[in-house]
This record gives sequence, C-alpha cells and structure tokens, in this order.
Amino acid sequence: MGTMGRKPVERFKNLCIFALPGIFIFCTVVIIPFIYGFYLTLTDWDGVKKVKAIVGLKNYMAAFQDINFWASMGLTLKYVLFSVLLVNIIAFILAYALTNGLKGQNFFRTGFFTPNLIGGVVLGFIWQFVFSRVLVNFGEASGWGIFSTSWLSDPTKAFWALVIVTVWQLSGYMMLIYIAGFTGLSTDVMEAASIDGATGMQRMKHIIIPLMVPSFVICLFLTLSRAFMVYDVNLTLTGGEPYGTTRLVAMHVYEKAFTARNYGVGQAEALFLFIIVACISGAQIYLGKKKEVEA
Amino acid sequence: MKKSAKVGGTRKKVLSITGLFAVVIMFFLYMIPFILILLNSFKYKRDIIKNPFSLITKKGYTIENYITAFEKMNFLRAFGNSLFVTGLSTIAVIILSAMVAYYFTRAKNKFSSVFFTLMAASMIIPFQAIMIPLVSIYGAQLGLLNHRLTLVFLHTGFAMSMSVFIFQGFIKSNIPISLEEAAYLDGCSKLQTFFKVVFPLLKPTTSTLIILNVLAFWNDYLLPSLVLGKKNLLTLPLSTYTFYGTYSADYGVIMAALVLTVAPILILYLFLQKQIISGVVAGAVKS
Repeated sequence: MGTMGRKPVERFKNLCIFALPGIFIFCTVVIIPFIYGFYLTLTDWDGVKKVKAIVGLKNYMAAFQDINFWASMGLTLKYVLFSVLLVNIIAFILAYALTNGLKGQNFFRTGFFTPNLIGGVVLGFIWQFVFSRVLVNFGEASGWGIFSTSWLSDPTKAFWALVIVTVWQLSGYMMLIYIAGFTGLSTDVMEAASIDGATGMQRMKHIIIPLMVPSFVICLFLTLSRAFMVYDVNLTLTGGEPYGTTRLVAMHVYEKAFTARNYGVGQAEALFLFIIVACISGAQIYLGKKKEVEA
Repeated sequence: MKKSAKVGGTRKKVLSITGLFAVVIMFFLYMIPFILILLNSFKYKRDIIKNPFSLITKKGYTIENYITAFEKMNFLRAFGNSLFVTGLSTIAVIILSAMVAYYFTRAKNKFSSVFFTLMAASMIIPFQAIMIPLVSIYGAQLGLLNHRLTLVFLHTGFAMSMSVFIFQGFIKSNIPISLEEAAYLDGCSKLQTFFKVVFPLLKPTTSTLIILNVLAFWNDYLLPSLVLGKKNLLTLPLSTYTFYGTYSADYGVIMAALVLTVAPILILYLFLQKQIISGVVAGAVKS
C-alpha cells in the first residue's frame, strides 16, 4: 500500500496531515458549489430570500427560450473562432521569425509577451482610450474614414475591437509555446530535409507543421478555454455596448444572475456553457492526440 | 537552424531583412498602447484631447495626474490588499498542493486515485459554472463575503488542482523513494521527511507555480469583485475599475492610474523576465 506508513493508524494519520487540508479546500471551493449549482437550477432563488421554492425544470426551459443567451452564445462562438485562429496564426509566425537567430530576438520575445502579464481589466481600459480617443484623433488628422468615429460605438467594429485586443493579449503567450516547439525540433531532421532539396514551404508543410502538432494542441486548448471564458476585457473595453451587441456569454450569465437576480436561470445557462466548453475542448484534445499518433 | 541561415545566400538575406522589418513593425504596434498611456499620463487633459500622439504640448508636462490618481484610488491601500491576498494565497496553494501531490504519488490507494481523477476532471469546469453557487454559499448562507481571508481561501481552492497536477508529475519522475527511506531510517517522521528532503527538491516546479499563481491572483478581477465590496478591502484591479467609473472623463488622471496599476508587475518582469517566461512556458506545457 505505498509508502505512507506501515500500520493503518500511521497511514490514516498521514492521510489527514498531507491530503486532507488541500482536498478539503478544493472540495469546499470547487466540488460542493458545482454540485450545489445543480440544486440552484431547480429553485427560484433571487439572491436575497431565505427560502427557496422548488420549480422543477422551469429554469432550464427559461434558459432554452432566452433569446439573449443564445445570441450571446452565438457571438461568443464567432469571437472564439476568430480570436483562436488569429492568435495562433500570428503567434506561429512570430515564433518562426524569432527562432531564426534574428538579432535581439530575446528582446522581442520579452516585449511581445508583456501584454499577457497585465490583467484584463487594465488592458480593456488601455484599449478603450486607444479606440475612442487615439484612433478617432488619428482618423480626423489623416482623413481615414474608418477611424473617424469610435470603433466602440459601432456593433461590428466593437466586436472586432474585442478580437484585436484578445489577439494582442494572447499571441505573445502562444508565441512562447510555439518557440519552445521550434527549439525542440531536431536540427538533424531539418538539415537532412535541406540537403534533400526541400524548399522552405515544403519543409514547413511536411516536416515542421507535423512535428509541431503537440504545440498546436496546447495552444489551441489554452486559447479556446481562455476565449470562451473571457469577461474582464469584455467588461472594460465595451461593457457589452453598444446596446448589448458585444455581450459575450460570460457577461450574459453574470448579468442574468447578479443584475437581473435570476440565479436559477443564470446557473442553468452557466451549465449549458460548461457542457459546450467541455465538448469542444474534449473533441479538440481527442483529435489532437489522434493527429499526434499519426504524425 | 542558425546554420541553414548562413548557407542560404542572398535570397535568404533579403528574406531575413524583410523579416526583421516586419518584426520591428509588429513590435511597434504591440508597444504603442503602452507608450501612449505613459506619454499621456504626464499631459494635461486639453493636450490629450487635442493630440494624444504629440510630444509637444501647450501646457507642458505635469506629474499632478499621478498625485491625484495615487490619492483618489487609494493606491497604497489597494496595493497592500493585493499583496496580502496574493502573497497568502500563493503560500497556501504551494504548500498544500505539494503535500497533496506527494501523498497522491506515494500512497497508491483508492482515495488517491479518486481525488486525483476528480481534480484533473475539475480543471475543465469554467469559473462561470461555479460563481453563482459560490456567492450563494459563501454569501447568503455563511455570510463570509467582505473578508480578505475568504478570498484567500477561494483563490487557494481554485488553484489547487492545477498545482497538484504539476507537482505530482514532477515528484513522480524526479524524486527517488530511496532518499525518503534513508531519512525515515534516520528517525524522521513523514512530515519532517517531506519538508527537509522532498520539498527543497521541488524547487524548479515550486518557482514555476509561484509565478503562475502570483500572476493569476494579482490580476484576477471577477472572483475578487464577487467577494470584496467594501472600499477599504479592494485589490488593485477592483480599485482601478471603481476609479475609472468615477473619473472616466479625466484622461490624464486615468492614464496615470493605469500606469500605477501595471507598474508593479512590469517592474517585477524587468528583473525576473527569464524566470517568468520559462515558468509560464513550463506551466502551459505540463498542464
């Protein structure tokens, strides 16, 4: 039975000392609330009253019929799609450019990663200034119509503003992971390919990309889960405005529960979000693992 | 890769010059928001509205924005709160998760395997699926909101599974049991063995996890916003948010507040860039 003691008493003592404190905190913070959340979806709790009435599956029906919820879910899927693609493309290119022995590449790496160190709240505010003041000013001075009004007051442009800030925030982080992947590539294989006359594009397609699959799996997983749950940047950059057109699903759930005081419906919607995220990341990891084996 | 760049000839060289050019332009685009915030934090409001790019200002430069921001956002108080919460949570997570991970690796029983699986599976749960019951339990039922220690407790709980996971992987492949047996024969208890022999050997992983957790706790907004509402308890992100709401038209002061908020972490980054970068990469790759 392992090495945590010989006698049962000793084993029990070590279980209490080593495992229980951490497990207790984990369970009271993650597991119990998660399970309690299912119970909440069956009640009509409004956040204040002491007694909760059981309402059965009414909240799930309400969540199903909540047009705003599905609209924000749709918007989130669109946002996730574009952010994940752009973040990873840009990060991959940056990583490729910064592993070719470029002068000062460490300096560049350090710089590109910087936005990731700063919390979403501050990032959102910084870019709010950029979009609503700096670019408007630039538009007026240069006569470029695209910047003449604030991007944040137009539904489509505000959506793209969110994507841009996300790319700015996450691409440096993913770049670091791709760099680790590039540095791990065997120089022998690369040289053999060069000697065999493989061009840059051929090497990229047939050797580098297949060998980098593990890095792609990690980066896609990280960007997917980050993008699905984004809240801070959404809150401080657009706040869901104009007219709630940029309200992503995390913000919708928050407002449903804490602003509209509809805890049961909010939690039911949060569970839908959980199921969707779990399915997508599960499928992504499964496919990645399959590709990895084939390569 | 370095070698192939040398043998490539002129075409390679042209490519690498365009490459460098592209990287420099990208770099400039990435840095420009920071530069603008810093520049405008020293300007008067009228000059900012007139031209946020210009280095030449009508009224000159000022540090008044900083003085106002520092006082009005109660910077020292918020900084202290952030330091308290981040510091205590990080210490708690590191020690507790190392002990749990050690137990999981060494005691191969039902308990270990059940809770290890549970922790691994829980990493997929989005925070949004927990926050509502969390407020209901810790707020309405236990009345524990508006205490910094509650936030420490919750931070610790949320960071637990990832930290246990990373520690467990390291202990499993790097800490030989024979070392512990030697200490055990010398009369050390399990707890002594752990703190005197095992824990010091975990140092590379410990520093990775310190970096990851400190960044996550320091920058977190949503969870602290649910727990702390009282003005004197706000952490830096919370007080920046409240401050912005009140002063949003006062651009210079806002810029100064943003600079003050990001300064601590950027200064840390300046000194620990190597450790932070390798820590973040190690964390991502391992989990």
